[in-house]
Amino acid sequence: MKNFAQLLFAGVALGAIYALIALGFTVIYRASRVINFAQGELLVFGALLVSVLVSTAKFPFWLAFVIGALAAGLVGLLFQLGVLRFALGRPDFTIVMLTLGLASVLNAVLDTTYGDYPRANGDPWGSSAVHSAGLAFSWVKIWTIIAALVVLVGFFVFNRYSRYGLAMRSAAIDPEAALAVGIPLRRVYATAWVLAGIVACVGGVFLGGYPSSVQPAVGNIAFLAFPAIILGGIDSTTGAVVGGFVIGVVEELTAGYQPQYASWLGHNFYLVAPYVLMILVLLVRPYGLFGSRPAERL
Amino acid sequence: MSDEPALRVVDLGLRFGALAALSDVSFEVGEGELFAVIGPNGAGKTSLFNVLSRVYDATSGRITYRGRDMAALRPHHLAGAGIARTFQNLGLFKAMTVLENVLVGREHLMGAGTVRAGLFLRSARREEYSNRAAAMQALEFVGLLDSARLPVGMLPYGVQKRVEFARALAMEPSLLLLDEPVAGMSRGERAEITDLVRSIHRERKMTMVLVEHDMGVVMSLAQRVLALDFGRTIALGTPDEIQRNEAVIRAYLGEGHEVRA
Repeated sequence: MKNFAQLLFAGVALGAIYALIALGFTVIYRASRVINFAQGELLVFGALLVSVLVSTAKFPFWLAFVIGALAAGLVGLLFQLGVLRFALGRPDFTIVMLTLGLASVLNAVLDTTYGDYPRANGDPWGSSAVHSAGLAFSWVKIWTIIAALVVLVGFFVFNRYSRYGLAMRSAAIDPEAALAVGIPLRRVYATAWVLAGIVACVGGVFLGGYPSSVQPAVGNIAFLAFPAIILGGIDSTTGAVVGGFVIGVVEELTAGYQPQYASWLGHNFYLVAPYVLMILVLLVRPYGLFGSRPAERL
Repeated sequence: MSDEPALRVVDLGLRFGALAALSDVSFEVGEGELFAVIGPNGAGKTSLFNVLSRVYDATSGRITYRGRDMAALRPHHLAGAGIARTFQNLGLFKAMTVLENVLVGREHLMGAGTVRAGLFLRSARREEYSNRAAAMQALEFVGLLDSARLPVGMLPYGVQKRVEFARALAMEPSLLLLDEPVAGMSRGERAEITDLVRSIHRERKMTMVLVEHDMGVVMSLAQRVLALDFGRTIALGTPDEIQRNEAVIRAYLGEGHEVRA
């Protein structure tokens, strides 16, 4: 039981990160109807900047964190304003390729600027932990959960109650109708890219917390959040968050129990488990838990 | 009707490559007039509507609304210029509630940004109240006050159309463009929507341009009618004149039909 509680805690913390990453994918998908292949690089960009600001420039962690998040949002904004704006109305494939292009450019820039080696994420907690009831709650994981909840709640309040949230939701559902009621689509898309950058950075910083680290290759981890968005339903922000937590918990529980009870499945099966779950869910609900079924005219 | 027309369309042309969807279409709509555009399938009704609602850019000609050149307006500025539209196949946001759908129509009238609203400033809150009140009022007008909290996607088609009208009303337009509002409706729904359009026109005193296939609806609503065929004007006049016009009858029934008075 103790073991279970410990694994559950780790799972929720991991799930919080997946939820943030998945939310980033979903926000862009809702605005542009494409998967943003640069989401992982935005994440690394933000996390590396925070790391360097803390270690080299001696910024306080929280200040560096805010700067990193805003900078990642700015990269997203510049990409929308400088590149994607001109591709509006082009086939989805063009836009997907543009995000892939951004991914390779960012990756190369980050590699040459910072070098491809692991760095501390810059947080002040390191490996410190709170011990209670025989369990260890590491500060990194506690703060991961808190920060993710703050960002997620903030996002949902914004999405649900603010004027821009209403505009973003309507633009996601029907851009032409949104335009007709006076919603400035370009501004909505720009907002989406800023938000995607910010949530990417928050996810990246905590992803790099002890015992992990930050390095350009971490960008690939963003794709581990893929089962989360597919599972939750790619066009649903609620789905992204629920999917993120589910995947995180499943991954940690599998990592904890599978070697003991189902060792015949082999090493590192926990990396496969989220995909197995995703396939099972899709068999029952082809558009994910919260995804909207495309309307078809008969 | 005042002397200065509200909407003025001059020598409008729209080409898709070699295909002329509209050629030299000119008409004027007076302030407060209910003006209809008819024509058989492929006559250019929808093309004309899409140019008026800035979905397409005209290839030639000019459209001015209250003296403003419409080509200079960006599509999302139409709402601010007092122009609202409804869609032939509903332009509603299915996953949102009825009230939210109507509230979106007030986006261009909202001044408080996220920062002010997020700080719960009194001015932002007052604005929120007034927008909500206006949305509810629009819902009351179309008779849907009770449905405000329902997701719009689960309502029947005819009711969704009313939501779309409520949203258009909440936008507080001076010109309302209606794209085949009764297309695909049952006889009962058609009568209801026709009554709704009539009461909006009478009570809100707005200028309306109605593009419609259903002759009965057009003849009972419109003050003047423009008939198109193959992208050209074939007649312009009162419903009575249009019904008796030979060119219109030929366009609808084909050559060789005798015109009986």
